[in-house]
Amino acid sequence: MKYMLMMHVPRGTGDYQINNWSPEEFRAHIAFMHRFNKELTDAGELVGAEGLAAPGEAKLVRAGKDGAPVTDGPFPEAKEFLAGYWIVDVDRPERAYELAAKASAAPGRGGVPLNMPIEVRQVMSGLPQDV
Amino acid sequence: MTAQSLDSTALHLLRELAPQVLGVVARRYGDFPAAEDAVQEALIAAAMQWPVAGIPTNPRGWLFHVAVRRMNDYLRSELARRRREDVVATERSADEPFAPPPDSEIGVDRDDTLVLLFMCCHPALTPASAIALTLRAVGGLTTAEIANAFLVPEATMAQRISRAKQSIKASNVPFSMPTDRERAERLGAVLHVLYLIFSEGYTSSIGPSLHRPDLSNEAIRLTRVVHGLLPDDGEVAGLLALMLLTDARRAARTGASGELIPLDEQDRTLWDQRLIAEGIALVSDALSKGSVGSYQLQAAIAAVHDEAARVEDTDWPQILALYGLLKRMSDNPMVALNHAIAAAMVHGPVVGLELLTALDGDRRMGGHYRLDAVRAHLLEMAGDYERAIAHFRAAAERTTSIPERNYLTAKAARLAAEQRREGAARDR
Repeated sequence: MKYMLMMHVPRGTGDYQINNWSPEEFRAHIAFMHRFNKELTDAGELVGAEGLAAPGEAKLVRAGKDGAPVTDGPFPEAKEFLAGYWIVDVDRPERAYELAAKASAAPGRGGVPLNMPIEVRQVMSGLPQDV
Repeated sequence: MTAQSLDSTALHLLRELAPQVLGVVARRYGDFPAAEDAVQEALIAAAMQWPVAGIPTNPRGWLFHVAVRRMNDYLRSELARRRREDVVATERSADEPFAPPPDSEIGVDRDDTLVLLFMCCHPALTPASAIALTLRAVGGLTTAEIANAFLVPEATMAQRISRAKQSIKASNVPFSMPTDRERAERLGAVLHVLYLIFSEGYTSSIGPSLHRPDLSNEAIRLTRVVHGLLPDDGEVAGLLALMLLTDARRAARTGASGELIPLDEQDRTLWDQRLIAEGIALVSDALSKGSVGSYQLQAAIAAVHDEAARVEDTDWPQILALYGLLKRMSDNPMVALNHAIAAAMVHGPVVGLELLTALDGDRRMGGHYRLDAVRAHLLEMAGDYERAIAHFRAAAERTTSIPERNYLTAKAARLAAEQRREGAARDR
């Protein structure tokens, strides 16, 4: 069963104060993520993972009456944003939660675990079996 | 460079020969994980060379020859590594001379394929690993093809297979038949893995479909091989029959935009009568031999459905009796659920709904969407649209299948519209 683990983080000036981290703290964080991804690959569980660009330039797009794009944003007031995601293929839901908890504990300032919220959602599948 | 690919005859031949060659190499060297890698490389070499050079006169000998060469390369480098590490090499020397002509006949043992299956479906492996390893070692699929079938990256699948082989190596399973005492249980594990591969063919049917191997067909092919090796085993025949009788309805199961069409709404003229005839013959023959198992019963139920040319011709009393037997044999809430449906079809929705109440307290159901879906159908049958709609919606919320969610949502919407029409008619 496949799950998407979504990493929601506060804005740069929010709780994690990421702009104030030292280079070492930042490096430790990146190294942690790198190890985490490698662990997922080695376990044969990684389906995909992407990091998303900072939300500063994010736009909300809708089709106008003529079908042409109408853009809105960026939205400086939004408190949290999706920083990235993993899709994992695991044997049971508990394993997905376990992995999410691991990602959640990525180190922040002073190497202290961030314990950030990771949203875990199951990926839908195709047809069910005929009864 | 234009890459040529194998035609289906060559591909079929390759997949058929894969476990035979692997069996011989694994027996000869006593190292299943390494032999499996060597044969995989031989298969890849064949896929590249055969389209250009043509299928060799003795394809099995060709594959064996290439695999053995790879195996010797591997052993030589292993030996060198051990010498470097100053470890005494106690295993068979890799310098053993070997140069068979490519057309020499090799000693294929019919049981090798069974031994391989027992190994790949060893209970020490997780289902996902057992499935991947079975498809590669016994099915002769490449890692890329298996990864494609499961919509995961090739590196991930390669890792999964390599870990599975490590577990086998670590557990010291010998390359031999399980003992008589273990045999029934181990065969059960093999059949379960084959069944999972078959089911996966349905559930993973979303996503890019280009060059994806058909897992249901692979499962049927492998189960045919097992049935050929164990023709007197009723459960093997039952599983094969169940697969054929289910697969026979494939063309009728989905509409033009991939939407789910339930059994009672399918265009039965689209059912594959050839598969149905074969499935019915298999299960009848198995049941006549007296031993009754769960796959045989499930196949018998599928056969009763498939025999009805129109949905109203369905012999529900017989289906009810078969689910009754199945229920007594296995304490499985999903069987109880299907039993309740059959009871509703024979004795009316009230009886079915009553049977469902017993499942409300079953923790194994754990709020499974199927309980809501079945209850919704029975409430609809009973004319209680209000509650039927609520349960259809609850089921739609929880299913993880997109076509099924769409079906359940549409069902709730249809009932709601009907209810409004009836309300409007009353008010006039």
